[in-house]
Amino acid sequence: MLREYVPVLMIFAVSLGVAVLMVVGSHIFSNYRPTPVKAQPYESGIPPIGDTRDRFAVKYYVVAMLFLLFDVEVVVLFTWSVVFRQLGLYGFLAILIFLMLLVVGLVYEWKKGALDWD
Amino acid sequence: MMVEIVFYVFAATAILSALMCITQRNPIASAFWLISTMLALAGIFVLLEAHFIAAVQVLVYAGAIMVLFLFVIMLLNLSGRVSDIRGRLSWVVATVIAVALTASLIGLRAYTPERLAQEVTGSLQITPDVAFQSGDLARAAAESRGVIGVFAEPLFGTYLVPFEITGLLLLTAIVGAVVLAKRRL
Amino acid sequence: MNPELKGFLLLSVAKMLVVFVAVLIWVALLTLMERKVSAWIQNRLGPNRVGPGGLLQPAADGLKNLVKEETLPKVANPILFLLAPAMSFVPALLMSAIIPFAAPLPLDFDFSLPLLGRFVHAGSTPMVVADLPVGFLFVLAISSMGVYGIAIAGWSSNSKYSLLGGLRASAQMVSYEVALGLSVIPILLLAGNVSFSSVIADQQGGLWYVLPLFLAFFLFVVSGLAETNRLPFDMPEAESELIAGFHTEYSSMKFAMFFIAEYANVITVSAMTVTLFLGGWDIPFTAWDQQGGLLQTLATGSFFVVKVMFFVFLFMWIRWTLPRFRYDQLMSLGWKFLIEVATVYFVVIAIAIHLIGRVWGVTDPRAMGWWLFALNLVLCYIVFVLLDRGLVIEGSSPQRRPVPPSVTSEAMES
Repeated sequence: MLREYVPVLMIFAVSLGVAVLMVVGSHIFSNYRPTPVKAQPYESGIPPIGDTRDRFAVKYYVVAMLFLLFDVEVVVLFTWSVVFRQLGLYGFLAILIFLMLLVVGLVYEWKKGALDWD
Repeated sequence: MMVEIVFYVFAATAILSALMCITQRNPIASAFWLISTMLALAGIFVLLEAHFIAAVQVLVYAGAIMVLFLFVIMLLNLSGRVSDIRGRLSWVVATVIAVALTASLIGLRAYTPERLAQEVTGSLQITPDVAFQSGDLARAAAESRGVIGVFAEPLFGTYLVPFEITGLLLLTAIVGAVVLAKRRL
Repeated sequence: MNPELKGFLLLSVAKMLVVFVAVLIWVALLTLMERKVSAWIQNRLGPNRVGPGGLLQPAADGLKNLVKEETLPKVANPILFLLAPAMSFVPALLMSAIIPFAAPLPLDFDFSLPLLGRFVHAGSTPMVVADLPVGFLFVLAISSMGVYGIAIAGWSSNSKYSLLGGLRASAQMVSYEVALGLSVIPILLLAGNVSFSSVIADQQGGLWYVLPLFLAFFLFVVSGLAETNRLPFDMPEAESELIAGFHTEYSSMKFAMFFIAEYANVITVSAMTVTLFLGGWDIPFTAWDQQGGLLQTLATGSFFVVKVMFFVFLFMWIRWTLPRFRYDQLMSLGWKFLIEVATVYFVVIAIAIHLIGRVWGVTDPRAMGWWLFALNLVLCYIVFVLLDRGLVIEGSSPQRRPVPPSVTSEAMES
């Protein structure tokens, strides 16, 4: 089974090679003549004020955190779903307890407004 | 033979990326070297015939946890600020930890599979092959029951209670994330 | 190396090159098709000057991108700025490696080459670059890597539009990834295995999963659209508010790489949908396609391409028909609707499978499929009619459109 991964490494190497070729190729064929205005970030023609290295909204952090937790949930559900037909009712009850805990978490988030994008 | 070479390639990648991760000044670059370490670890898991763990390593660690790290780094935007952990005391603490870690690593070398089997199971009758299932057994199990099935059966059998407690842990984390991030509760 | 391993490697290289080149050419044709379809929908002609019917337009575009002047904002982080397109491009192409695209081909060869030695291969060859045991977990894992290219492109450009686009894109992609993962769980409940080949085999023995798991199919397509950042989920680019989103600062080939990645993702999501819900390369109502042979492989391969093209067309159709979501609507659709519906759905399906399979003792997969289909009709009614409350689906039909009061009063006055 290990050798099935060899083609994955090969396609990884080939696509990486093509990516490098594209960047290098366009670097060779295009001539970059920077001017101070050209090297500015694009802001619809208005001279940019400040840069973007600033703190940003905490809601992105909440989304990433919740994504991490629910991703773990999804992985656990994958393991359950492949053996569900062998485990039958027992497996169903086992996962129901697990799901109940997460549903409580989801309801909590919802009620506290963590899912609102304000 | 081939597997050993591939293992050393992945191991070297993992160690080098980890070194780059802790020596980089730019936190975003550090995060990327950490992703590289995790991908190399996923490769090592594949070599150990732990296909599902390898997929989860990429999906959860390299995919989800590092997205969170990246967001936090960008959120706080610490780049350009010097670290607080400086001075003589930090050097002393760091040296002590490094020496202790190296010593325990060297100490672990004394454990042959036989000695480990004997100490863990308490009897010489149980050979390392039985106590620690080798690649062949894992491979056979994965072929007969699928790479996830081989993982799922003990999870919902022997380890059901720890599994349910994991659910409680996830609930705690959800509540924690909401409490941390929302100003008005 | 033994001859058998060399035979395997030779075949792998051949399949890998075929798939890689095919995907790149397909992407090039899709850029043309997108413009032709949009022109058709908007009653225009579309590109028709370069080559017969505009067929050489992609080549002209590629050449143009190659010789266009590069840009590099002075404030950008140059290393990450150069790395970001590759981090989008590589995962997009990597995903195509594990989708089976035709029936297995029986292939025997035993020959020797000078310097390279003997190559041996016997038995049927699965028509997939890498038949991984982790199946579509691999696709999910690699697609979660695709977030970095976009997030880093936005951040490293150090431009406001780029940063906003990159952040929105990454938050959106991670949100819909959960829904995507949850929507494939019913498939695992039925198939009991994650590998694509067993999912296809299970569908050949029973019904295509689009019937017994219609709601999962719907959820999968919606989250797949969001994962590829296409309209109505194209927040990250949203040209009317963010110029071009995360790739505002990119030009020349680096821009083209993001473009290729987007279309490669469209192909992958369509191919995933086809494999998971429409039987992959399976030709329905006949067992002929499973006999094995060159003709069968070619026929199933073409049929697979036709099915994938249907979804590609559907994605374009949606893009040129629907308006864009507002960002808060998009996030609440992901977190407050898709995840909940997917969770309830797989619990219901699990109960149903248990009842039908264990309690009623239905073992025939086809009968099981029809029972689940009946259940899905009821669930679809609940989701699309009762939960919708006549707002979106019924409200959009022309007969029911309410006339704004201002219009009626004006009409009465005149």
